[in-house]
Amino acid sequence: MTKPKLAVWKFASCDGCQLSILDCEDELLAVADAVEIAYFPEATRSVVSGPYDISLVEGSVTTPHDIQRIQRIRKGSKVLITIGACATAGGIQALRNYKNVKEFTAAVYARPEYIDTLDKSTPISDHVFVDFELRGCPVNKYQLVEVLSAFLNGRKPNTPAYSVCIECKRRGNICVMVSQGTPCLGPVTHAGCGALCPAYNRGCYGCFGPMETPNTASLTNEWTQHLGVSSPDVMRAFRSYNAYAESFRKEAQNHDNG
Amino acid sequence: MTTDKTIKVDYLARVEGEGSLYLKVKDNRVADVKLRIFEPPRFFEAFLRGRQYKDAPDITARICGICPIAYQMSSVHAMEDALGVKVEGQLRALRRLLYCGEWIESHVLHVYMLHAPDFLGYPDAIAMAKDYPDAVQRGLKLKKIGNELVTLLGGREIHPINVKVGGFYRVPTKRELLGLVDNLKWARDAAIETAKFAATLEFPDFEQDYEFVALRHPDEYPFNEGHIVSSQGIDIPVQEYPEHFVEVHVAHSTALHSRIKERDNYFVGPLARYSLNYDRLPAIVQEVARDVGLGPECRNPFKSIIVRSLETIFALDEALRIIDQYERPAKPSVDVRPQAGVGHGATEAPRGILYHRYRLDEKGDIVEAQIVPPTSQNQKTIENDLWNYAETRLDLPDDQLQWQCEQAIRNYDPCISCSVHFLKLEIERE
Repeated sequence: MTKPKLAVWKFASCDGCQLSILDCEDELLAVADAVEIAYFPEATRSVVSGPYDISLVEGSVTTPHDIQRIQRIRKGSKVLITIGACATAGGIQALRNYKNVKEFTAAVYARPEYIDTLDKSTPISDHVFVDFELRGCPVNKYQLVEVLSAFLNGRKPNTPAYSVCIECKRRGNICVMVSQGTPCLGPVTHAGCGALCPAYNRGCYGCFGPMETPNTASLTNEWTQHLGVSSPDVMRAFRSYNAYAESFRKEAQNHDNG
Repeated sequence: MTTDKTIKVDYLARVEGEGSLYLKVKDNRVADVKLRIFEPPRFFEAFLRGRQYKDAPDITARICGICPIAYQMSSVHAMEDALGVKVEGQLRALRRLLYCGEWIESHVLHVYMLHAPDFLGYPDAIAMAKDYPDAVQRGLKLKKIGNELVTLLGGREIHPINVKVGGFYRVPTKRELLGLVDNLKWARDAAIETAKFAATLEFPDFEQDYEFVALRHPDEYPFNEGHIVSSQGIDIPVQEYPEHFVEVHVAHSTALHSRIKERDNYFVGPLARYSLNYDRLPAIVQEVARDVGLGPECRNPFKSIIVRSLETIFALDEALRIIDQYERPAKPSVDVRPQAGVGHGATEAPRGILYHRYRLDEKGDIVEAQIVPPTSQNQKTIENDLWNYAETRLDLPDDQLQWQCEQAIRNYDPCISCSVHFLKLEIERE
């Protein structure tokens, strides 16, 4: 029997999500046994031509060339899965979407004319159909193995869309917002990290993006009315690693007075 | 046979990020070399403006998934410099411990999964594992132990969540750290095996006359602190970095090239650190270096695989020392109050010096940010290496020449995503 062909593609990103595959030290050789790693430049110089059974896509679309490339990748893939906040919501680099990119280019590069870039950093789903989106900045490597395993076995991935609060309760954390008055994005943030930040005594900063149907207005009302958080700070809290995800984008907009 | 040709590698493999190489050969001489970085620009230095000083460690970590701790460390040191804060004692030791974890996982990833396959003629570590199962398994287990250390201190291996300006959000108990000791002791022995394994590989005779640049600390092998020193006499505090080093924007790359103002290109990373700080290494590491035939200075970039292995032994030994002397601090961080100012930070990322500079307003908001990652500092030096290395190997068939050029690039463990503001190989024979 021929093995399913796996490809790993990169767009604008930090490489952390694809590194999560190499960080599965206990599972890596088993994964490499279950699939044919056909395209994965961070790990191998050998290239097997498509089409591919599963394409994992990391990173966001930020150049005119990216738009053409993602179309070709979609055409050559049976299943396309985005991994991480960049591919799923535009990533931290989507902060450019709220500024003038020409000014940004001039701020970083002495010769802006050498730089070819789009005005906005956008998620993969703005350009092609995506079969599954895995959240996180970075993704949780155990969830990544779960998603791969689910698609290889023709079942639905078990990656709950409830909030970080549920994970906090299951972990037995004491609520940092109720007990210490620390602003926390946990109530509106998609689960997956295992409630890491509250377990380390800080508020969630939303790196897994919005949960299913988040009530962001109610949360920010609590922050501003009872925790003394200023509007610009609310805006900055929502405008981070998933700044361009719809519900976070809108909530930030409501607090953008500048 | 024709003496003119071009070799192109459109997408260099086993490097972190996107880059390419272009090599032009004319009359059997190298006519041009360009290391092209086409990692799309992500504008970190621009969108940091208007963010708070305390956002910098989490945001800049996102520049690179391979060495997020380096970004967190350089940014907190720069901020603390601007805000007049000093982090000392056990909190300082914990920062070193966290850095040990990153060096271990990053170096071991490169030694076993990215670099060793070149020497042994495999496209990747998975193919290599079929003939060298023990070595690859050892590498995976070592890397996992490095990651366990990062995960305990930082919450997770990629983009840890526990580093803040002033210290940490939560500090571990002695008991939690003691839980790592058995694995770290196994790993220190495995790292010694790794250095011996690396030393058995075949190395081309390729010694170059580099200007090495690294941090140097009065007592320690450098992680977070020290003067910036060079093999040609630079010895400056980190705050004077901008007066001696300059970035130049070239057309073929989205990474900026770094130069020493009064001279030219320079070399950062394991070879530079080792050669400038050999006397700061503990006896156990110096002993293994002698056993595997490496002197106190190493100018062959292919042997960086041995030096990374030696630094891995160091990081494990240092981690065990820190854990042994650890007492849980009463507070996880020192108090920080926003104020206007300029701060500089430089720490030793696994790939070399990572420099950050920030200007803050009176509210602690970032007005200006500058980040100079190790790979952009090495870019010109990599091109020079390629020129000199390829010149002696032009008679090779293109596919072999290409692979050897790729290997010469991977000597630097280039981290292209890191090139905030980097590969494709092209060989053109005319």
